[in-house]
Amino acid sequence: MEPSEIATRLRDKFPLEVIEVKSFRDQVFVSVKRDRITDICRYLYEDPELSMNFLSDLCGVDYPERKYRFEVIYNLYSLKYNHRIILKAQLSHDEPSIDSVVPIWNGANWHEREACDMYGIVFNGHPDLRRILMPEDWEGFPQRKDYPLKGDPGWEYRGFDESKELHAHDSDWNIK
Amino acid sequence: MKQDIGGSNNSNNTDSERIATKELTLNLGPQHPATHGVLRLVLDLDGETIVKCTPYVGYLHRGVEKLAEHRNYMQILPLTDRLDYISSMANNIGYCVAVEKLFGVEVPERTQFIRTIVGEMTRITNHLLWLATHALDIGAMTVFLYCFREREKILDLFEKLCGARLTVSYTRIGGLKNDVDPQWLDELYRFTDEFPMRVEQYETLIDKNRIWLRRTKGVGVISAEDAINWGLSGPTLRGSGVPYDVRKAMPYGAYDKVKWEVPTGKNGDVYDRYRVRMEEFRQSNSIIRQCIEKLPEGPIMADAPKFTLPAKDRVLSDMEHLIHHFVLITKGPQTAPEGEIYVATEVPKGELGFYFVSDGSGKPYRMRLRSPSFVHVSALPKLCEGELVADVIANIGSIDIVLGECDR
Repeated sequence: MEPSEIATRLRDKFPLEVIEVKSFRDQVFVSVKRDRITDICRYLYEDPELSMNFLSDLCGVDYPERKYRFEVIYNLYSLKYNHRIILKAQLSHDEPSIDSVVPIWNGANWHEREACDMYGIVFNGHPDLRRILMPEDWEGFPQRKDYPLKGDPGWEYRGFDESKELHAHDSDWNIK
Repeated sequence: MKQDIGGSNNSNNTDSERIATKELTLNLGPQHPATHGVLRLVLDLDGETIVKCTPYVGYLHRGVEKLAEHRNYMQILPLTDRLDYISSMANNIGYCVAVEKLFGVEVPERTQFIRTIVGEMTRITNHLLWLATHALDIGAMTVFLYCFREREKILDLFEKLCGARLTVSYTRIGGLKNDVDPQWLDELYRFTDEFPMRVEQYETLIDKNRIWLRRTKGVGVISAEDAINWGLSGPTLRGSGVPYDVRKAMPYGAYDKVKWEVPTGKNGDVYDRYRVRMEEFRQSNSIIRQCIEKLPEGPIMADAPKFTLPAKDRVLSDMEHLIHHFVLITKGPQTAPEGEIYVATEVPKGELGFYFVSDGSGKPYRMRLRSPSFVHVSALPKLCEGELVADVIANIGSIDIVLGECDR
């Protein structure tokens, strides 16, 4: 099926959810509201003519100047029909949370953890939402646009909590 | 007195106390030779059986996606070498194919063929290293040395081609660093003459080996449905009998101009994944031979002066090309079409996808890397749970991961 036709079907099925359909170099991008994301995904997964059984990718994008600051990108592909569509769910800065799609695709598990780690997006109903690439006591969300690539030395990461405690009293001993 | 080993059907308290069992937590890695890098697994064991397996990754996280947002499109290429550092050529190709599609640059046919050749050479080196280490993990020592013999030959060919053995950075946006010369092609062709015989040699070493069969058959089984649901790709998916290959589904390079097949397994166990990779040796070898035979003449760089480097002789003789060269080298491409794009390529480990969000400037607004190793490690608990500790090693080997790519 042509990706544009999938987008049309999606718009017919969820007229209130689909915000915008864009196309670039034969790929179709559908922006949706976040509230019924699991319904939309389940429809794409279960409909026999769409059968989006392969979650290629899931990631976050940060647009600090927009009203809806975060986007979660669902890159869906059908192994059966060889067609692809990309869903973009919009989240606001104040409430960056969305329902997890792990019940539909197990492969979403780590992608969602990574999006949470990097952007602070919360996935409701995720079985094990922890930091994945960064240490568990890291502060901040590194891939947000307001997170600098390089900070001043006083602000940089100084190691795990254990090592911080270890050196907390260095000044008492006059260790330089 | 009757001994109740399993603890089942037991009403007598003293008996169960005497043979009380306790779950043991075992930490594997991150410094462990069989984890193929810095992968850490925490295994909850009931005797020898794994109850729960929790992988921890991120020890090699370098923030490639974040770094890419601060570099122009030309400067990102060397970063891709360091993802899957044993098949860097395939990453280079994947990156360039994606950026070219974003820019709308048409690549000359000769380049497509050369990229296919070096891409398949990378697949052979990757699978050779995989076979060597996987067999070593399971206990077959000899294969290691034989595999490294052939791998060395391909790495030497890479060195002759572009000066580097591992981090090659051979492709350029819109083309290649340099053309191949006929002697190099002859040497490669001679290699492909003898390579199928070498593959048979490896097979005689392990394929009928009883220990090998017992260690791999029926271990780490994943059904086709589960494998798709977990997002597996590449030989790991094809071992479960799903004939999905990006080279066939969304052809790039010269893959639609040569004859080859997608080998698949049936049972989805470690043995089938091994068989798929062994068949891929032969397919890759055949693709290389066909590409050398059909290699067309022509330029190697696309004619898109805003994005691709002009030829050196033009730079030295022509003002306009000199300006383009100067701008590209000092500042990089200044504009990119605004839009978003996802382009996947088949690297030896699976589907490597690049997702670009471009805001029209010379740097990507967001570069997302869909790395196969990351997805494969996430499915490791699914493969391991309920199996024995020794099979964890076989499973890690069979999904073929590199942590540089997993952690990015």
